[in-house]
Amino acid sequence: MTGDLLRDITQIGLVRKLGVPRIPVLRRYEPGAPLLDGPALVGVIGAGRFAEPIRALLTAAGVADAGDEGRIAAVVLDASAVRTIDELAGVQQFLTPTMRRLQPCGRVLLIAPEPDPADPEAAAVAQAFDGLVRSIGKELRAGATANLLVTTAETDPAALDPSVRFFLSARSAYVDGQVVHVGPPVGRAVDPAAAGDPAPADEPLSGRVALVTGAARGIGAAVAETLARDGATVVAIDVPAAGDALAKVANEIGGTALQLDITAPDAPQRIVAHLEERHGRVDVVVHNAGITRDKLLANMTADRWNAVLAVNLRAQLAINAALGEVLSDTARIVCVASTSGIAGNRGQTNYAASKAGVIGMVRALAPQLAPRGVTINAVAPGFIETEMTAKMPVATREAGRRINSLRQGGLPVDVAETIAWLARADNGGVTGQVVRVCGQSWLGA
Amino acid sequence: MTSVRRAAVIGGNRIPFARSNGAYAEASNLDMLTAALDGLAARFGLAGVEVGEVAGGAVLKHSRDRDLTREAVLGSSLAPTTPAYDVAQACGTGLETVVLVANKIALGQIESGIAAGVDSASDAPVALNDDLRRVLMKLNGAKNLQQRIAALAGLRPGQIVPELPRNAEPRTGLSMGEHAAITALEWGITREEQDELAVASHRNLAAAYDRGFFDDLVTPFLGLSRDSTLRADTSVEKLAKLKPVFGTRGKNAAAATMTAGNSTPLTDGAATVLLGSDEWAAERRLPVLAHVVDAQTAAVDFVHGEDGLLTAPVFAMPKLLARNGLTFADIDFFEIHEAFASTVLATLKAWEDPAFAEERLGLDAPLGPIDRSKLNVTGSSLATGHPFAATGGRITATLAKLLHEKGPGSKGVISICAAGGQGVVALLEGA
Repeated sequence: MTGDLLRDITQIGLVRKLGVPRIPVLRRYEPGAPLLDGPALVGVIGAGRFAEPIRALLTAAGVADAGDEGRIAAVVLDASAVRTIDELAGVQQFLTPTMRRLQPCGRVLLIAPEPDPADPEAAAVAQAFDGLVRSIGKELRAGATANLLVTTAETDPAALDPSVRFFLSARSAYVDGQVVHVGPPVGRAVDPAAAGDPAPADEPLSGRVALVTGAARGIGAAVAETLARDGATVVAIDVPAAGDALAKVANEIGGTALQLDITAPDAPQRIVAHLEERHGRVDVVVHNAGITRDKLLANMTADRWNAVLAVNLRAQLAINAALGEVLSDTARIVCVASTSGIAGNRGQTNYAASKAGVIGMVRALAPQLAPRGVTINAVAPGFIETEMTAKMPVATREAGRRINSLRQGGLPVDVAETIAWLARADNGGVTGQVVRVCGQSWLGA
Repeated sequence: MTSVRRAAVIGGNRIPFARSNGAYAEASNLDMLTAALDGLAARFGLAGVEVGEVAGGAVLKHSRDRDLTREAVLGSSLAPTTPAYDVAQACGTGLETVVLVANKIALGQIESGIAAGVDSASDAPVALNDDLRRVLMKLNGAKNLQQRIAALAGLRPGQIVPELPRNAEPRTGLSMGEHAAITALEWGITREEQDELAVASHRNLAAAYDRGFFDDLVTPFLGLSRDSTLRADTSVEKLAKLKPVFGTRGKNAAAATMTAGNSTPLTDGAATVLLGSDEWAAERRLPVLAHVVDAQTAAVDFVHGEDGLLTAPVFAMPKLLARNGLTFADIDFFEIHEAFASTVLATLKAWEDPAFAEERLGLDAPLGPIDRSKLNVTGSSLATGHPFAATGGRITATLAKLLHEKGPGSKGVISICAAGGQGVVALLEGA
């Protein structure tokens, strides 16, 4: 239930006959669902190293090769070896015939090289993929998305697997027009033989201990539920006043509730002590807790400013600083930022500053944590249908919903799925990234 | 059977206590107990887990509340295969459930258990008039028309008046407050010291909330996140303005000292305590806050004898201490249930009185005074309120946490007076 009445009306046959464009119902992940609900086309330009492993991944996942005719559920193009404008033309040649074959909620996933500063043409071509993929996202209809993975010469094809799975699957329903760098996995190289059994495909977070702040409702509750669905044991945190809702979430997912105010001076120590006592470690930390205290800057008070900065930014910094040894050697930290932190938002100077600050923190900590095998990333939700947005004035809410490529608001689970992808132990190649879950919003692109 | 071991107090959960006809006016005992169990399950990851047993109870029960605790378990997130039973010992119920569960764990009969209590003064049972009930029972048993007519002939207009629950002793007709007022007068408890104790209770409770002490002991319910009786800003001056409400009749009316400010109001709420063997706690990586060392109950003849209704703990405590070779000097925390401020003060005076020690307790010397800075340090019933059967669980979990903070080997005692002239006391040791 999204409360998106307009989307529901456009599903009615008569309304469509009147020429009202249909707002797509997005394909979303259900446990046990196939990776794709149709065949896929995998192409390669030049000496790309990723096409073959991706074909193998798709075959193993039961996805058929689309061939030259008929509908396709996903197009993947390994353009990682493209360095010249002539080669870039090959990208257009390959993609153009696929556009009309793409079925509803189809996927376009491009794999591009990192810009090479020593070669101006190669750097230009690498950057060209940004504009290309974002334009494809805006041209696609019926819930289809386009995203870009940027690779380096060191990127291990296996490190790409979790990202390929995520962007092709229904888990990435509301992630569109995004550019994600995938490098070599952080930390020491792990001997696959010593790494133990890989997590089962339907429970990729099996055996992992996850901490989620702000888990009593909204996006945080969806994150807790999604991580638990993927096999994680969840420690759900929220303020004591939200304890009843928090207990409900924890009991439904077989996790535990920890009531505390993350802005309390002793909160980081209490969190670490709790994790050490109950679990001995933490594998996934999701900094989701956040508040708004909106006012135009002209009317802003120090209380409102400080309250937002304390919860949204200072607490994340303090908890990260305290985690230390309790972080496991495949730990993943995911910080919830916001598109407001990227694009700015009228009346949200405090909120946008805090969320932009989160992005700054992520970029600073990523290289510090990498040698330990730990990644840190930010997820920036756009317009997500929550209790908070349900209270917005109708006009503001309608505008927020429609000004993106998918012409609708996202759901809390869309943010949660993105976090679950970044939380995987085998996703060590993605760090220091900011992934927007915004349906390719016009704001902050 | 394995050898006797000490049961561990792992933690607790309660809902905030609410003044009657307030936040929980529409909530039943079952609703509140289920919520308290669910909060406990969430805190310790017990969703879907089979616990050894749940012992619970309520003082005021509807006839529909037969097997109240089992029904609460079935409605909670605990495994439905968790057995449960109801216990009743007036206001001693809550602590008695702790003793029962701890004893079973000590004997190795169960590895884990939950002690619980709940009460609602808002959703109290109102029963049919007893005469009317007899007529209806007779009608139900009638076998033919003649017998039915004969049964119905027993109907009288006065039978429409229902049976309301009364906060009065069946054998004396006096309310608990009136009984306490008699005791207060006997022991010469002054208005000022009662008001001081009440203020300390509110201030201690407020300070404990402010430092986050209850973050892992309380889960909000129906919009309430702190006890609604709590008055952080109360003072001796404010309380001095209240008129006495108990002991206000008869020849000693002028000496009445007990007010609404130094007596606990009727309250709704529920509390739970998770107990287990050390092994069970370790397997699940759960903390051990304290161990239940020993407990003692006592009863006094308040009907014909000279003792006050709420003075049984006075007799239970010396037995408990003697059996464990302890004196008051060994105790770090005293948790004395504040049914009325005067009850606590009369209890303390009895323990300090050499003549009483010799004549009534059979001791050479009194137990002595206690260091007031060790008494009810995070507040007690005057500030939290007192949903009868929930008080024992509230105090046990609170004391266990205090002892854990103090460190291994620290000791605390709990003293709870109960209707019917009964009392339950217990000794806990920090882990």
